[in-house]
Amino acid sequence: MTQAILREIVDYANRADPYPLYEELRKTPVSHDGDGPYVVSTYYEIQSLLHDPRISSDAKNLKATGDDPLGQGEEEGSTLPPSFLKLDPPDHDRLRRMTNRPFGPPHTPRRVHDMREELGGLVSGLIDGIATTGNLDRVDLVDQFAYPFPVSVICRLLGVPHEDEPRFHVWAETLAASLDPDPDADPTQHGKGAMDARMELGMYLAGLIEERRKNPGDDMLSQLATADGPDGSMTTMEVLSTSALLLIAGHETTVNLITNGMLTLLRHPDVLQRLREDPALSVPIVEELLRYEPPVQLLPQRSTLTEIEVAGVTIPKGASLWLILASGNRDPKRFENPDRFDPDRKDIQHLGLGSGIHSCFGAPLARQEAQLALSELARRLENPQLLEDPPPYRQNAVLRGPRHLPVSCDGIRP
Amino acid sequence: MTAQRSRDGALEHLKREGRIVVVGASLAGLRAAETMREKGFAGSLTMIGDEPYEPYDRPPLSKQVLLGNAVAQHTALPRRRAIDADWRLGVPATGLDMAARRVRLGNGDEVEYDRLLIATGVRARPWPNEEEGALQGVFVLRTRDDGEGLQRALAAGPRRVLVIGAGFTGSEIASACRERGFDVTVAERGSAPLVGALGGVIGEVAAEMHRENGVDLRTGVMVTRLEGDPAGRVRAAHLSDGSTIEADVVVVSLGAQRNTEWLTGSGLGAGPRGIACDAGCRAFDIRGIVTDDIYVAGDVARSPHALFGYQFLSLEHWGNAVAQADTAAHNMLSESADRRPHLWVPAFWSSQFGVNIKSVGVPPMGTELLVMQGSLTERRFVAVYGYQGRVIAAVTFDNCRWLPFYEHQIETTAPFPPPFTTVDRRPEGNKPVPADFPDPSIPSHGPTITLSGYSPADRKMTFTPARH
Ligand SMILES: Cc1cc2nc3c(=O)[nH]c(=O)nc-3n(C[C@H](O)[C@H](O)[C@H](O)COP(=O)(O)OP(=O)(O)OC[C@H]3O[C@@H](n4cnc5c(N)ncnc54)[C@H](O)[C@@H]3O)c2cc1C
Repeated sequence: MTQAILREIVDYANRADPYPLYEELRKTPVSHDGDGPYVVSTYYEIQSLLHDPRISSDAKNLKATGDDPLGQGEEEGSTLPPSFLKLDPPDHDRLRRMTNRPFGPPHTPRRVHDMREELGGLVSGLIDGIATTGNLDRVDLVDQFAYPFPVSVICRLLGVPHEDEPRFHVWAETLAASLDPDPDADPTQHGKGAMDARMELGMYLAGLIEERRKNPGDDMLSQLATADGPDGSMTTMEVLSTSALLLIAGHETTVNLITNGMLTLLRHPDVLQRLREDPALSVPIVEELLRYEPPVQLLPQRSTLTEIEVAGVTIPKGASLWLILASGNRDPKRFENPDRFDPDRKDIQHLGLGSGIHSCFGAPLARQEAQLALSELARRLENPQLLEDPPPYRQNAVLRGPRHLPVSCDGIRP
Repeated sequence: MTAQRSRDGALEHLKREGRIVVVGASLAGLRAAETMREKGFAGSLTMIGDEPYEPYDRPPLSKQVLLGNAVAQHTALPRRRAIDADWRLGVPATGLDMAARRVRLGNGDEVEYDRLLIATGVRARPWPNEEEGALQGVFVLRTRDDGEGLQRALAAGPRRVLVIGAGFTGSEIASACRERGFDVTVAERGSAPLVGALGGVIGEVAAEMHRENGVDLRTGVMVTRLEGDPAGRVRAAHLSDGSTIEADVVVVSLGAQRNTEWLTGSGLGAGPRGIACDAGCRAFDIRGIVTDDIYVAGDVARSPHALFGYQFLSLEHWGNAVAQADTAAHNMLSESADRRPHLWVPAFWSSQFGVNIKSVGVPPMGTELLVMQGSLTERRFVAVYGYQGRVIAAVTFDNCRWLPFYEHQIETTAPFPPPFTTVDRRPEGNKPVPADFPDPSIPSHGPTITLSGYSPADRKMTFTPARH
């Protein structure tokens, strides 16, 4: 009985269009049955919980984890310490701050901005690649574009040597797949592959870190490994878990943002046409996408430090909380016509990148990647058509997006 | 014409061809004007401002401008929409005839209104000795001209800057000067910086911050005299403890005075504490009767807040000016039943010495303080203020993402001390301590929130009691 709600959320049948289920859920802002998690589905409730200091992101505070089907986290079964995503302040703040120094303002205000040209080059290269494969009757925008792009970006950012990128792609793919609970896979095999990949990735990164300590460049890995600011320096383990986090979180989410984005645009040809004519429209388009089809659909890792009341429901101490961001994003109490994709909305707000201290670390990069990717695809693909609607989705209910996005087009503009 | 029709008609008439006059062409004035146009006001709109400039933003003056990252001339406020107004800039309003509904201007003109909005703000309190205050190198910081002058003086590379008064503005000035590498002395009459606004406990944290950043901080002293050289440039300051500080730039940062003198004798309830108005921004006349055509917004207003025991609050906060202007504009164009109260929860931000400080609620009402998250010594924390068993305010140092939660606690009169635990709770957060506000009967400079109390229930003036 417990898991009726969970089972529905995880149920693959709802993957292509989970929104009717969310609409149902919102009738009870806080749903709960048996000893499952408390599922929060309305905008204002989620928003306030994301700023609520009585809520923890540290799994240690969960009373009983139960058999949470989505509970297996990135660090499961590994020897890496939890990344800051799964820590509370002050540890979270310290690690996030230190990670931010080489990444964004105030210390490195131009890093993301200055990558623009490089990102542009990657995007052009991938689209050129599509052109040279020749078969424009069936292009998989996931495998041929949306997947390789963010991995290359994170490699450049971290300073992974170009010749190692292929290995990185393999690890990234295996680890991402391990976040994708596959009901048909042999669970031990499935888990072991991920463990091996994690181990190999860890060893690879450790070697790279050693090297960067001796020979620092201006990549993020060097800066994380050699930083000695007001917060001291990171231990090797901390550098490892942080860079693994950047790799996974920075990439799987962006894949889905781009893929969901193209899918949505193909379903709204008028907007696609406008974007083709005006690349600047990609800014509000990406914001609206983060609301309308957010790549992170829910946050399943919060727990209560104390008994709290939310929308009239008393949630006990140590309870598990699921915050359904994608549902909040379509809450009619917050948004007019929430099921309408409308980049012309005034003041687009959303929970797509979370909020509060855990709000998406990579947001500026993800935005830039998605804006560039979508505007370039719109500009260069001639008459793109969706071949399957809905396309096949990944199993994952948390990081939701199509596994493949087959399209055809008449040609590729230069 | 039936009574009903004429009442409806009056508002319609006002919206179509009425005359609205705004005195004070700055943040509150501009935002109100924009809101009025947004709400369909098509009549004539006159903006009267004694400064010769278009509305500009003041917070950057003590931050980016002093750091040299922006110039004072370029802080014009962004326009949300065209307001199609008759701008009378560089001319002050000098009088008000309430009966004839007329504003008198410094150049002899008179402007008639159907509705008047007063948003004349405050000005910097000048150095009390006029002659000393006129010495070259002595500044206050309120206007664009002030900012420009001070910026120029700093660009010349002073040997030492003396800041008199360590409220928010004084502290920001000291911070900017340190960042630029100047030697800085701060003289504060109270026991620590920011005590008036945030109390002694947080004041101590601020004092540490000053000292660690190389400010020569002198507390518990008064500057008694400024001394000039024969050429009329400031050279030194004498302190009540007998010491002397040599400085070639002196910034007087002693809080503000309300721009209400022009209303003297008008019959409006305006005085040194501002212009009293009701929660709907309608001004009171001196008899305590609310006017129906004169509204007030921004720093110059003093209005009762239901959440804080109906105390009249005067808030010198950017966000308050914006919100109150919006409410005033809405109410000016609404039937009485459609009017809204100004229910803004006071909120303030400041940045100094690389630390982002924010507060919500009314800290000076607090008697006790509890560090809910983080730690004072790390200078990264959330502290809440308690008043009679409820949470009345909160302040964060480099921790503002939690603030919405505490704002909600204040809005719902949550109990103090909060009966729950939080992430990042430290041992120092186990027990409330006295918030340690100075006794209000002992003058101290720099409070950004001054509370004074007419309670509508008893209509007696009550002084805020001593805190200890
Ligand atoms: C240096 C500085 C830093 C600040 N930093 C912050 C901050 O970090 N955070 C924050 O919340 N707030 C800050 N503030 C406060 C914020 O700027 C004010 O709350 C805001 O400007 C109030 O707007 P207002 O329109 O009510 O008043 P004002 O901006 O003071 O405008 C009033 C205008 O009316 C004019 N006027 C006065 N008398 C007359 C008359 N008789 N006739 C015609 N015109 C007249 C004045 O010259 C002025 O132009 C800061 C203020 C200063 C000076």
